[in-house]
Amino acid sequence: MMEESGSVPVLEMRGITKHFPGVVANDNVSFNLLKGEVHALLGENGAGKSTLMKILFGFYPPDAGQVFLNGHAVNLTSPAHAIANGICMIHQHFMLVPTLTVAENVALGLRSSRHPLTDLAAVTKRIQQLSDTFGLQVDPLAYVWQLAVGERQRVEIIKALYRDASILILDEPTAVLTPKEVDDLFQILRQMAEAGRSLIFISHKLHEVMALSDRITVLRNGCVTGEANPCDTSRAKLAQMMVGREVKLAPDKPHTQICEPRLEVKDLVVEGDRKTDAVCGLSFQICGGEVLGVAGVSGNGQRELAEAICGLRKPKTGQIKIDGQSVPSGNAKAAREAGLSYVPEERMRDGAIADFNIFENFILLNHGQKRFCRMGFLRFTPIHQHSRTLIDEYTVKTPNLETPAKNLSGGNIQKLILARELSSDPKVLIAAQPTRGVDIGAAEYIHERLSHQRTNGTATLVISEDLDEVLALSDRIAVMFEGRIMGIVNREEASRERIGLMMAGVDPDSPPADYCPSPE
Amino acid sequence: MSDLINTTIIIATVASGIRLATPFLLASLGESIGQRSGVLNLGVDGVMLLGAFAAYYTVLKTGNLFLGIMIGLILGALIGLFYAFITVNLQAQQGVSGIGIYLFGLGMSDLLFQKLVGTPRPIMPFRILHIPLLSDIPIIGEMFFDHSLIVYVAFLLVPLLSLIINRTTYGMNIRAIGENPEAADSLGVSVGGIRYSALIIGNMLAGLAGAALAIELGIFQHNLTNAMGFIAIALVYFGAWRPLGVMAGSLVFGVVAAIVLQCKTLGLIPRSASDLAAMAPAIITILALVVVANRFRQPTALTKPYVRGG
Repeated sequence: MMEESGSVPVLEMRGITKHFPGVVANDNVSFNLLKGEVHALLGENGAGKSTLMKILFGFYPPDAGQVFLNGHAVNLTSPAHAIANGICMIHQHFMLVPTLTVAENVALGLRSSRHPLTDLAAVTKRIQQLSDTFGLQVDPLAYVWQLAVGERQRVEIIKALYRDASILILDEPTAVLTPKEVDDLFQILRQMAEAGRSLIFISHKLHEVMALSDRITVLRNGCVTGEANPCDTSRAKLAQMMVGREVKLAPDKPHTQICEPRLEVKDLVVEGDRKTDAVCGLSFQICGGEVLGVAGVSGNGQRELAEAICGLRKPKTGQIKIDGQSVPSGNAKAAREAGLSYVPEERMRDGAIADFNIFENFILLNHGQKRFCRMGFLRFTPIHQHSRTLIDEYTVKTPNLETPAKNLSGGNIQKLILARELSSDPKVLIAAQPTRGVDIGAAEYIHERLSHQRTNGTATLVISEDLDEVLALSDRIAVMFEGRIMGIVNREEASRERIGLMMAGVDPDSPPADYCPSPE
Repeated sequence: MSDLINTTIIIATVASGIRLATPFLLASLGESIGQRSGVLNLGVDGVMLLGAFAAYYTVLKTGNLFLGIMIGLILGALIGLFYAFITVNLQAQQGVSGIGIYLFGLGMSDLLFQKLVGTPRPIMPFRILHIPLLSDIPIIGEMFFDHSLIVYVAFLLVPLLSLIINRTTYGMNIRAIGENPEAADSLGVSVGGIRYSALIIGNMLAGLAGAALAIELGIFQHNLTNAMGFIAIALVYFGAWRPLGVMAGSLVFGVVAAIVLQCKTLGLIPRSASDLAAMAPAIITILALVVVANRFRQPTALTKPYVRGG
């Protein structure tokens, strides 16, 4: 529709192909970007979005295909070259130097007007102008390590504006933001587009893509599977293009609650890695057959809470009970024996041993049991049998049992961990970020298994940054902010707006519920 | 009368402490630049030995001190270039490759000495450079302004490097790639280029430190440095990677060593305990390290080779 206007696109990528050992990351991908538009690149993890953008940003060359800027063929050979051509990228993991100030981070890589000395005073002044124009509040003299996540992102945007980028690539920019911060970000991005800059918005979140973009290109397995306009498509259609089949966006949730508290947490205080209290006196309980979702931006004490319950981190004070029995604190073995299972957030670090093969990872917990071990020797026949059963049941895709875990995709590793953790039919399950970085198909399956476990009477604690996931899975939702629970609401009473406010530390019960000024 | 003697002794001790601190200062300033850029070099001592021999041999043959110093610097630069190739291009494990450089320097300097010189022959040491006016100030003048040129150069490098690290774009680039090379790369800063330059400069200073030592002593022998390069690495941690801190560490080390020497000459330390006393500077450095080092964080990218997209 827009292409018929006849104007030359500011960017065109034609027939881009890129191979990595064993995979085709991009297969004949074509993509274009018009002046002043927000063009979303939608796809699952591993669909080839990042590869395409890294080619555009000069990180590596394509095997085939050509990039055109304003109709002229260019070969972008390095990030410096891309920046010189007006392309800037805001990476998913912020590219900031924490020990430098905001101004120094912005000035990095630029030619100073007082070369060889730095010209930070001038840079500071220009940052202030930009932040006034675009409503990006940030202190140029602050060190980056002192800033909150939302502020760091504003620094990244200022970096791009400072370089006067005409094309801005945003790689999953909302992953670490609260809903309020997402709204603010979108407003700034729209303002930038209206000012004539072109934006590429990379995401796998359907509703964000629908809310922000002018045009959507969908990638799957390295190929373009469709282009759409948000006005005449739907989330379901986009999901289908993304996954290649129909997807249930939220699992069914039958109500089968056995109301006796299986997990009780009382007055829990846990110290974080920085020796300050990361969890400040939490109390809650979860009934059998109930899912309590913990929403909140990462770093508000969720990880410490999970580790304390699982006995991996000794709490300062507080009590944890499973089925009424007190569990000795800081003792992972005792917690396991009391009937607890744990699906950790860092699955490659805490959930599986990367260099161990599949069956070794399956028996990490119970290799000492009689059925797998006799007089200290492993019994491979029953171990293999057990592993095969789990692989079939959980549809883990692996070449064979000897494959090292690190060779599996994120989704399959998560299935492996889930299979191991659920095979003991736990009384209590702690699942942290259960579908982060997992493809939609596997995520759907993991949600199903969690719901299934719920009907079996397990008390489940789901910790997730993904608000949609929390809303889809939970019976009740607790919102954590700075180590405290801002409130626990029933699913029926929870709205995105209300949870979003609580994630930002605003208690919707005290001020007028419909509108609150930004907590800053 | 005894007051006068005491004053003379104190002046002499401080002056010799400053002189003793000089090679440490040069070597650890160099090491701190490399580490600031994210590369650890455990081979400082080897570079110092090669620099020392090269300078010694040049002066022995030509009698030209300046030429000796230049050769020491050039040798340091060449080793820096080689070490940068190993750590930046080949992405070798930095701990082990540094040890390799050390062993190479230790063996090579001795081999060359045996083959080219054989029996130790002294060379002409540095001339003392009295700074006009300043050296005439009583006490202070004798302590601080009565040294050879290389001492002044070493101490003038401290403010100069401070300025470069903190106030120039080049210094900012070094700091950035030592902390988050990926961020610097994404902004078009050449991580490899900056690391090459930092390692060349750093090893030039190590070569200079060796040259200064050999010319100061007027002699070369097997393992002349006696692990000074390793102390210099410890002083980098002591000084929290800052030129001023490194200088403070070098001075503590130098002055304590001078005190021990002075006590020995005055017969205050019994002969049987002299080996123990010689350990004093090292022990004090270790104690200071324990107290100081944990307060500061080392550069985050230290010892990590940078691989784009890795």
